[in-house]
Amino acid sequence: MSIKVLLPAAFTRHTDGRKQFDSAAQNLPGLLADIDTTFPALATQIKGDDGKLRRFINIYVNDEDIRFLGGEGYSFKDGDEVMLIPSIAGGCA
Amino acid sequence: MNYSCSRYELKCNECGRRFGNQPLSACPDCLAPLEVAYDLEAVRGIFTRENIAAGPASIWRYAALLPIPDGFQPDLPVGFTPLVRAKNLGKRIGANNLYVKNDAVCFPTLSFKDRVVSIALANAQKFGFDVVGCSSTGNLANSVAAQSARLGLKACILVPSDLEPAKILNTQVYGARLVRIDGNYDHVNRLCSQIADEYNWGFVNVNLRPYYAEGSKTVGYEIAEKLGWKLPDNVVVPMAGGSLIRKIRKAFQELIYLGLVEEKPVRFFGAQATGCSPISVAVREGTDDILPQKPNTIARSLAIGNPADGPAAAKMIRETGGWAEDVSDVEVVAGMQELAETEGIFTETAGGVTTAVTARLYADGRISPDELTVICITGNGLKTTDALTGRYEEERAIRPRLADFDAYLRELDRTAEPELAVAGEIHVH
Repeated sequence: MSIKVLLPAAFTRHTDGRKQFDSAAQNLPGLLADIDTTFPALATQIKGDDGKLRRFINIYVNDEDIRFLGGEGYSFKDGDEVMLIPSIAGGCA
Repeated sequence: MNYSCSRYELKCNECGRRFGNQPLSACPDCLAPLEVAYDLEAVRGIFTRENIAAGPASIWRYAALLPIPDGFQPDLPVGFTPLVRAKNLGKRIGANNLYVKNDAVCFPTLSFKDRVVSIALANAQKFGFDVVGCSSTGNLANSVAAQSARLGLKACILVPSDLEPAKILNTQVYGARLVRIDGNYDHVNRLCSQIADEYNWGFVNVNLRPYYAEGSKTVGYEIAEKLGWKLPDNVVVPMAGGSLIRKIRKAFQELIYLGLVEEKPVRFFGAQATGCSPISVAVREGTDDILPQKPNTIARSLAIGNPADGPAAAKMIRETGGWAEDVSDVEVVAGMQELAETEGIFTETAGGVTTAVTARLYADGRISPDELTVICITGNGLKTTDALTGRYEEERAIRPRLADFDAYLRELDRTAEPELAVAGEIHVH
């Protein structure tokens, strides 16, 4: 099983310019552990001092916010496209 | 692609790092949204009541505390909208000292978005962008389209596909490229941040966002100035991304710091539609954690299910001793009608949200009748007339004869509510 992880340009300075990579992680904690070993500098950037994902990061699985899918409890499926993106405010008011 | 300015620069509120001036919305280190920080001492003696009064009747009278590059020549007379006493609405909801800040008549596109867009585009030009864009729930689209046409910039605007027809037309008419996205606003916004990564475009609410958001401060400056350089006791503000409410407070704090107004506690109240209420839920539950929602409300301009400024807005509301409420779509429509019937102000659905929430805040005793309260109306009802579809029947035409008119009026009076019938008779006799 493999998922494709997509990164915004802001993160690529920690990944040797790579904007995507494949992972065999089963779920979000597994993916973060994978990033810990593969891209330690990226791990530092996306996690706070408490070791948790910074609250300014959103994670999407195939266009859906992972929080709508069960968050950390969601089991990735083969071919899932997982996107990490800083939350940028928008809207009208 | 950056410029230097002695008055202001980008700063990360989380880690304190400063970035000069460049098209950047999030801190590269901790990913928090960036804000524009000012050297307030540099404008002391410049940003004064007298200098402001001598300025133009637009937001540019506050230019010293706006992030506009040196040498920028303001073009359009944006903002400086009326602040009107709302005695009739107040009477209906039990408020003795109520004012409406009416951005339903903001220039040039009838929403408060004109303020933020004018600041964003000033910076887009300075940064050398040829193409500007935005993700929008409608009002922003209208304003970017109109103002970029005026400035000779190309515009590419992305909107959710279910947007009100009037807001789509009001974007296309200016010649902007409009792309409808099969998804909700949060999908559109995410796509825009990816586009901004790949294309060298200035997205007003993505990579130009820190500058853009500062335009909202002018609502706060205008409220204080039009109250005779006084702060209100309470402000009721609609919330989508959660930015406006924070910027009004920032404006008040700057005015206090520079001595233009006396310091006093101002409570901030947030208004949302129940069908998209992540911030009001967080306020009620006493948390800064925003749980995203899938929007389902007619108040589409407030339909942001994952508001990035939400945590900061929720925290700020509680700090000021304020509160947040959300109202149903039925109440939203009733709020639109109530504001129109009492004050002659036709607002869009977001204004219906704000009006209905205000009524509830008084009914629940969260705001006392005699406190000076300002409600912020941010958009125009002509853009969301579909919300009122079926509310008013089309009357049959009558012959142009006085007798027919007289008979018709009496017929109406038999079916109308007593209050309206009396009014009709006065005119007949």
